[in-house]
Amino acid sequence: MRESQGIKKLKEKFSKDILDYSISFGDETLLIKKERIFKIAKFLKETPELEYSLLLDITCVDYLGQEPRFELIYHVYSFRLNHRLRIKVKISEETPVIESLTPLWKNANWLEREVFDMFGIKFKNHPDLRRILMYEEFEGYPLRKDYPLKKRQPRIPGIE
Amino acid sequence: MKVNFITTKLDYILGWARKFSLFQYPFVTACCGMEYMSAACAHFDIDRFGAGLTRFSPRQADLLLVVGTVSHKLAPVLRKIYDQMTEPKWVIAIGACAISGGIYNNYAVVQGIDKIIPVDVYVPGCPPRPEAILDALIKLQQKIQNQSHEWKWKNKLKK
Repeated sequence: MRESQGIKKLKEKFSKDILDYSISFGDETLLIKKERIFKIAKFLKETPELEYSLLLDITCVDYLGQEPRFELIYHVYSFRLNHRLRIKVKISEETPVIESLTPLWKNANWLEREVFDMFGIKFKNHPDLRRILMYEEFEGYPLRKDYPLKKRQPRIPGIE
Repeated sequence: MKVNFITTKLDYILGWARKFSLFQYPFVTACCGMEYMSAACAHFDIDRFGAGLTRFSPRQADLLLVVGTVSHKLAPVLRKIYDQMTEPKWVIAIGACAISGGIYNNYAVVQGIDKIIPVDVYVPGCPPRPEAILDALIKLQQKIQNQSHEWKWKNKLKK
């Protein structure tokens, strides 16, 4: 598989910020610096020849025991190039904060809320960072690997 | 003696009338709903047992069918719907998820709806066959026939 047009352009402009490049499961994967996520996403979306106009998914993986602990994964898609791109960002446990992509893609709003709900990663400049799946009174982040499997929480107040 | 005779006879008549005119409110949240739909439609035809009129307002219903998984976030909704139903009211829990949480033994799912509302008949199965749902309905009808009913002059007669 050849290096795609988008990757070439990206490597020219952000050569210092790309930590790793690989191809896995048929998609090109970039590991980038956490601080540069917004700049790179903006570049991918708004450069006329690239136009990664669709944010497919934001998800997170908890590598408990490793440092940095979390890895955020973004999938973006370009209709112009018919190309899919995977962007990964490592996030440490001490400062689980990253810039929100909501100003670029509207659907990042709910995707980021889901990651916040399940993993407790906070998104800077997010317009409405609340839990989306669990209820407000829920404590902890259930998809973290150190969340006890059999832990039961009090149900929503007012129905006992 | 005479009063007791009237009470039991009226209870019997009320039970007979109520068991054959169950207005159901289906609280369908998951795949068990397909089996319930099958039970309600022509092949199995729940109308043969007098429970043909599905009401989509809890205020008009007297049988609550909880069909499927109930999560903690949904629990207050279910409770509210149960509270909105007028007396007399009965509840059937259909499917493994509704009776015990089923395979979802995790942080999100209520481990059996009897933690939230009282349940009259439990229907196990993942999902239960339509026949099982009809069987549960017949069991509930037996229960309604044999239970004592509340009616306007009952307590006055007993004095």
